Amino acid sequence: MLTMNLEGLEMIAVLVVVVLFVKVLEQFGLLEAGYDDSVEDELELSAVRHRPEGLEQLEAQTRFSRKELQILYRGFKNECPSGVVNEETFKDIYSQFFPQGDASTYAHFLFNAFDTDHNGSVSFEDFVMGLSILLRGTVQEKLNWAFNLYDINKDGYITKEEMLDIMKAIYDMMGKCTYPVLKEETPRQHVEVFFQKMDKNKDGVVTIDEFIDCCQNDENIMRSMHLFENVL
Amino acid sequence: MATGVAAWLPFARAAAIGWMPVANCPMPVAPRDNSKKQDELIILNVSGRRFQTWRTTLDRYPDTLLGSSEKDFFYNEETKEYFFDRDPDAFRSILNFYRTGKLHYPRHECISAYDEELTFFGIIPEIIGDCCYEEYKDRKRENLERLQDDQEENKDMKIPNMNFRETMWRAFENPHTSTMALVFYYVTGFFIAISVITNVVETVPCGSTANQKDMPCGERYTVAFFCMDTACVMIFTVEYLMRLFAAPSRYRFMRSVMSIIDVVAILPYYIGLVMTNNEDVSGAFVTLRVFRVFRIFKFSRHSQGLRILGYTLKSCASELGFLLFSLTMAIIIFATVMFYAEKGSSSSKFTSIPASFWYTIVTMTTLGYGDMVPKTIAGKIFGSICSLSGVLVIALPVPVIVSNFSRIYHQNQRADKRRAQKKARLARIRIAKSGSANAFLQSKHNGLLNELLELTGTEEEEHKLTKSISLLESQHHHLLHCLEKTTHLRTQQWDLSDLVTLTQMTANSSNNQQLKAHEFVDEQLFEQNCLETALQTFPSRSPSVSDHDSPVGGCCGRRERKNNPLPNTSLLTAHPIPTHQGPLQELSAIHIQSGDPLSHTASRSNLNLKTGDSSKINCKGGRITTAIISLPTPPALTPDGDGLHGPPQRRPPPPPGNPPPPASRPRRAQLASTLSKSRLCNSLADRSNSAGERKRRRRREEEEEEAGNTRMTDASCLLLQGQRRES
Repeated sequence: MLTMNLEGLEMIAVLVVVVLFVKVLEQFGLLEAGYDDSVEDELELSAVRHRPEGLEQLEAQTRFSRKELQILYRGFKNECPSGVVNEETFKDIYSQFFPQGDASTYAHFLFNAFDTDHNGSVSFEDFVMGLSILLRGTVQEKLNWAFNLYDINKDGYITKEEMLDIMKAIYDMMGKCTYPVLKEETPRQHVEVFFQKMDKNKDGVVTIDEFIDCCQNDENIMRSMHLFENVL
Repeated sequence: MATGVAAWLPFARAAAIGWMPVANCPMPVAPRDNSKKQDELIILNVSGRRFQTWRTTLDRYPDTLLGSSEKDFFYNEETKEYFFDRDPDAFRSILNFYRTGKLHYPRHECISAYDEELTFFGIIPEIIGDCCYEEYKDRKRENLERLQDDQEENKDMKIPNMNFRETMWRAFENPHTSTMALVFYYVTGFFIAISVITNVVETVPCGSTANQKDMPCGERYTVAFFCMDTACVMIFTVEYLMRLFAAPSRYRFMRSVMSIIDVVAILPYYIGLVMTNNEDVSGAFVTLRVFRVFRIFKFSRHSQGLRILGYTLKSCASELGFLLFSLTMAIIIFATVMFYAEKGSSSSKFTSIPASFWYTIVTMTTLGYGDMVPKTIAGKIFGSICSLSGVLVIALPVPVIVSNFSRIYHQNQRADKRRAQKKARLARIRIAKSGSANAFLQSKHNGLLNELLELTGTEEEEHKLTKSISLLESQHHHLLHCLEKTTHLRTQQWDLSDLVTLTQMTANSSNNQQLKAHEFVDEQLFEQNCLETALQTFPSRSPSVSDHDSPVGGCCGRRERKNNPLPNTSLLTAHPIPTHQGPLQELSAIHIQSGDPLSHTASRSNLNLKTGDSSKINCKGGRITTAIISLPTPPALTPDGDGLHGPPQRRPPPPPGNPPPPASRPRRAQLASTLSKSRLCNSLADRSNSAGERKRRRRREEEEEEAGNTRMTDASCLLLQGQRRES
C-alpha cells in the first residue's frame, strides 16, 4: 500500500514533469498546439461597408434634389460611418425619440418596411427611397407604404393579429405614464375600430384596395398625410 | 432627446405617417420651419488656424457656445468668420465632439488647460466618451491632489491670536515652527535613541564577575540601567502628557496610532514598578519588556520616510492581503504534497503537515536553510516546483505595492519641494505687487507731465514721453489717480517735501487748510518722514494738483498754493543753465546740451523749471537743486543700502520771490538728493526739457537695473549713487 502510494506520487510527479516539458517545447515552436485556431478570425472583415450609387442615379430614382440628397447623405454617413444601418442601431436611434416608452417593436416594423430588399440592413438607398415616398410621394404612394408597414408578413392582407401587433407597438411607445392609464384592451378596441372602418366586406382582413379606398374617403387621414411634407 | 440624433429627426417624422391611418382624430398642425436657410459652411478661425464646418454640425448641441448665438459675439465682420483666441490644438477635440458626438480627451494635453477650454466652449466634461473618461478622471484626481498639497501648506500660516494650547500643539506637530519646538523634537529623539540602545546593550554579556559566569550587562549594572530607563520614561511620560494637554481633540488624539505607541512604550515600566518580584507574573513581566522595543516606533514622528512607509502599507492593504492569501494557499498545498511524498522515506523530518509548513515557507521564500530536505525523488521534484512557484507568487503583488509607495513618496517630495520654493514664490509675488505700486507712484511723476503735454505739447513729444508706459499701465494709473482724487488721499512715495509740508502745515496753521493729501505712504517711508522733521524746511511738493495748499515757504509756496495744473505761463523765461560745482559739471553738461535747444520752445517752457543761475539759486523753483546741493547729507536719510524703501526725496526749498515751478516740476526736481550731485544736474537739465527728463528716467531705470532691484525708485537710485560717491 505504501509503495503503491509512493509510486502513485512518483508517477504524478513524473507526469507533471512531462507536462512542463511539453509546454516548454511548445514555447520553442517545436510542438504544435493542437487547437483549432480560428484562422478565419483573422480573415473576418471589419464591419460591412456600403457605398451608395451615384448621385445622379439617386436623383433620378427619388424626388429629392441634388442638394437635398447631399444633405441627407452627409447626415446619414455621419451617423453611420459604415454606410448601413442595422436593426440594432435603428432601434437605438428610434428609441431616443421616444424615451418614455419602448419603441423597439415599432422600430422593428419600421425597419422591415424600410429594408425593401430584406437583407437585414438599411443602406442609404433604402433610406432615401423610403423618405422620398414619405415626404414627396403621392397620397397613393404614401398609403401604399403605410399598408406595407402594417402588413407584417407582406402577404397583401392585414389581419387582425398583425394590426394588433402594430397597435400594441404604437401604444408601447407611449410608455406607462399616460393619462388616462393604458388598459389592456385599449389596443384591441382600437383595432376593432380600425377594422370596422376599413374592412368593408367584413372578411376579417383588410386588402390594399379597401385600405386605400377607405383612407381616401377619410378627411382626417387625408389632412394628416400632408402634415410632414415640409420636413426636409 | 440626445442632440446627436438630430440628423435622424426628419426620418422619424416621416415615419410617423405610419400612424396616420390608425388615428381616429386629426393630427395637430406641424410647426413651420421659418428659418429655412441653406446649410452653410462656417469658418472658425482659432488663433489663425481655420476650421470649417457646417452650420448644422454646430447646431447639434445648442447649449454650448458654438451651437448657440453666443458665438455671434466672436463674429468678425470683415473676414466673415468667427475668431477665437484660443488654443487650436485643444480646439480640435472640441470640434470633433460636434462632428462625431463623442468628446475625447487628448492625452498630451494638460488637464487644467483642457478643462479651461471645455469651460470656455460650454461643454461639460462629463460627456467625455468612455474611451477617454478614465484617463481624464485619473489626471484630474492627480491634479487635485497636487493642488491640495499646496493648500495644506498654506494652512501652516500663523493664525493670529493662537492661545497657548494651540501654539503648543502646533509646535508639537511642526517642529520647524519655533526654536523651542525644534529643541524639544531633538531632545525626544535623542532620548528615544538612548532608550533603544539601552535596551539593546542590556542584554550584551558584560564579562564575568568573580562568582558568576558571563552576565548580561543589565544584570550587572542594574541600578545604572534602571536609572536610565526611569529617565527615559519620565521624558516620554511628560511628552505624552503635554501632547495630551495640547491636543485640540483629546479623544481623537488618544485614539491615534502615535499615541497608542507612546502608551505602549511607557506602560511596561509602570507595570514593572507595580508588579515587583511576584513569581507568578514574572514571566509576563519579562514579556512586557519586549514591548519596550516599541519605543523605536516613536521615531516615526521624526522620520518622514517611516511615516510614508507606514502609510503605504496601509494603503496597499488589499495587495498585502492578496499576497498573504495566495502564499497561505500555496504553503498548504505544497506542505501537504511534500508530507505525503516524504512519508515513506526513513528519518524524514517531515513528520506532519504543519511540520512541512516550515519547509515550504523556507523554500518558497528561497531561504533554503537546509534543516529539512526532501530525500525522495518525488519530494525533490515537488520541492523544486515549490521553490519556483514561490518566486512567482511573491513577485506578483510586490510591484503594486512598490508603485503605490513610489507615488506617495514622490507626492511627499513634491510637497517638500514646493514648501521650499514657497518662500521664493512669496517673495516674487511681493516684488511684483510692490512693483506695480511703485510703478504707479513713478508714473505720477510723469503723470502730470503727460497731462500737461497733452494739453500743450505736440504729438511727437507726447509719444516720446508715453512710449515708456503702456496704455494699460497709463489707464491703470489714471484709475488710481481718480481714486486718490475721490478720497482726497494720495499714494505717496517717501517724500521729504511732503514731510516738510506736514511740518509747515502745523507751523502755519493759518494757511488754507484744504483737504490735504495724506497719502498712502509706504510704511517705512512714512516713519522716515516722521523722523526727518528737523531736516528739511522745504515746501512740500506734491505731484498732484490738490497739493497746492501745502504751505510752502516763501513765494513759491504761495504760488504753489495758487497752483493749477497748468504751469504759470509767466515763468516762461528760460534761464541759463547754472554752472555748477565740479562733479555736476560733466553730467550737467550733457543734459544741458540736450536740453538747451528745447528750452526755448515757448509752449513747453512752462513745463520747465527754471534753472536759475547761482545768484538766484534760492529764489527759483529750479533752484531747488542748488539749494539741495548746499545741504549736507542728512545721515538719517541714508537708507540701509538697499534703497528698497524709497529714498527720501528732497524738495527743493522754495526760494522766496520765485515763481513757483509748475506742479509737475517739483516732483522731478525732488529727485536730486544731496548725495548725488550728478543727479541734481540731471534733474536740472531735465527740468529744462522733456527730452532730458526722458533721459533721466532712462538713466534712472538703468541705474535701477544696475542696482539689481527693479523696484527701486528714482530717489533710491540716487541715494545709492550718492552713497557710492560718499564712500
